[in-house]
Amino acid sequence: MTNYHLQENLAVSDSGFLFHASTGETFTVNETGKTIIKLLQQRKEKEEIFSEIEKEFDIEAGLLEKDYDDFINQLKNFSLIEGI
Amino acid sequence: MNIAVTGLNATDNPGPGIPVIRSLKDQKKFSGKITGLIYDSLEPGIYMDDMVDNYYLIPYPSSGLDNLLERISYIHKKEKLDLIIPTLDSELYGFVKLQPKLETLGIRTFLPTLEQLNIRGKDKLFDFCKTNNINVPKNILIQSQNDLEKIEKQFKFPVVVKGIFYEAYIAQSFEEVLPYFNKLKSKWGYPIIIQEYIKGDEYNVVALGDGEGGTTGAVAMRKLYITDKGKGWAGITIKEKTLIDMAHQIIEKTKWCSGLELEFMKSKETGEFYLLEINPRLPAWVYLAPQAGQNLPAALVKLAYGKKVNPFTTYEIGKIFVRCSWDLITDIKKFETIATLGEW
Repeated sequence: MTNYHLQENLAVSDSGFLFHASTGETFTVNETGKTIIKLLQQRKEKEEIFSEIEKEFDIEAGLLEKDYDDFINQLKNFSLIEGI
Repeated sequence: MNIAVTGLNATDNPGPGIPVIRSLKDQKKFSGKITGLIYDSLEPGIYMDDMVDNYYLIPYPSSGLDNLLERISYIHKKEKLDLIIPTLDSELYGFVKLQPKLETLGIRTFLPTLEQLNIRGKDKLFDFCKTNNINVPKNILIQSQNDLEKIEKQFKFPVVVKGIFYEAYIAQSFEEVLPYFNKLKSKWGYPIIIQEYIKGDEYNVVALGDGEGGTTGAVAMRKLYITDKGKGWAGITIKEKTLIDMAHQIIEKTKWCSGLELEFMKSKETGEFYLLEINPRLPAWVYLAPQAGQNLPAALVKLAYGKKVNPFTTYEIGKIFVRCSWDLITDIKKFETIATLGEW
């Protein structure tokens, strides 16, 4: 299973605003996205992230898996995370 | 201290004069005078309050350097200029050639040499980069209509068609090259530059070379908003060591003496930076540099006075500039006086 870590130089504010200090790119994410990113920052694995999300948000397990994968793909497309 | 600055054309294609002056005036200890050297009585910088103490129309260098020197001598008699900071590409060759005569008058400058100016010319930059292992888009010079056949043999489309001094167009096919080629040939003459098109994002660095190979400061920026004229209308300081290292390398190799702006494209395909241009003066967005912690115009003045300046090593990341359009209202008297007497 691939785990991911955030690119260096990526600043995440409490409001869900992302600033990539190397490229100058900025992004905004919703509450769930912000939580996932914070957990990735803490080097949490996928199972731990799911467990935290399920505790914090009212979401079905099947839907969570799909949404998580979509979100990770978006972060990859923007070169904000790398697989390890 | 009386510092004369050109480039007060704060239009949608802005000159760097006003941001240079703002940077100088931001210094707590600055108590000097600023003299604006202008080419047109409607340059917006003339009508900005508290920027410039007095203004003088000067002739374009293309009208002859003797005319320019005569006008500067007249202004110097009245104002006792200590330093001139030319900020426009088109006037730099003229001011560099006049440098010894200005020194004789007692007017300092801090300018690149003719050799340094030539190294970064659009027709020479490719060779300079190749010699120094700097990524640069592939590029050929078209010296005659017959050379056009080289394009299809050596490039994939699209390509960039560039004039020797200004203007660049993206041509999607050979048929599209021809009208751009003819337009640029009649406007700027030969050579026409054909350059590989690098798809990606534009990054810039403003830097200051001390003339001995040292970099006094360098700030990297990414344009956040680009106008239809290709001008950055908003930008943000970024942390990108590769760009800063390249600025140091270029200044060291050229022993650059003055401010400069480096234009890069980061390839979407390879993620590598390609140097597109070296502009031989501080850019119009230079006011971002002092706001991020590196007052490069103020440092330039100190270097011009032969003072030692400790190089800047850091700057604030995430500092943003956003340009605005703002109508200045003025009485006709100022416009009339400058238009008729050429000074204010």
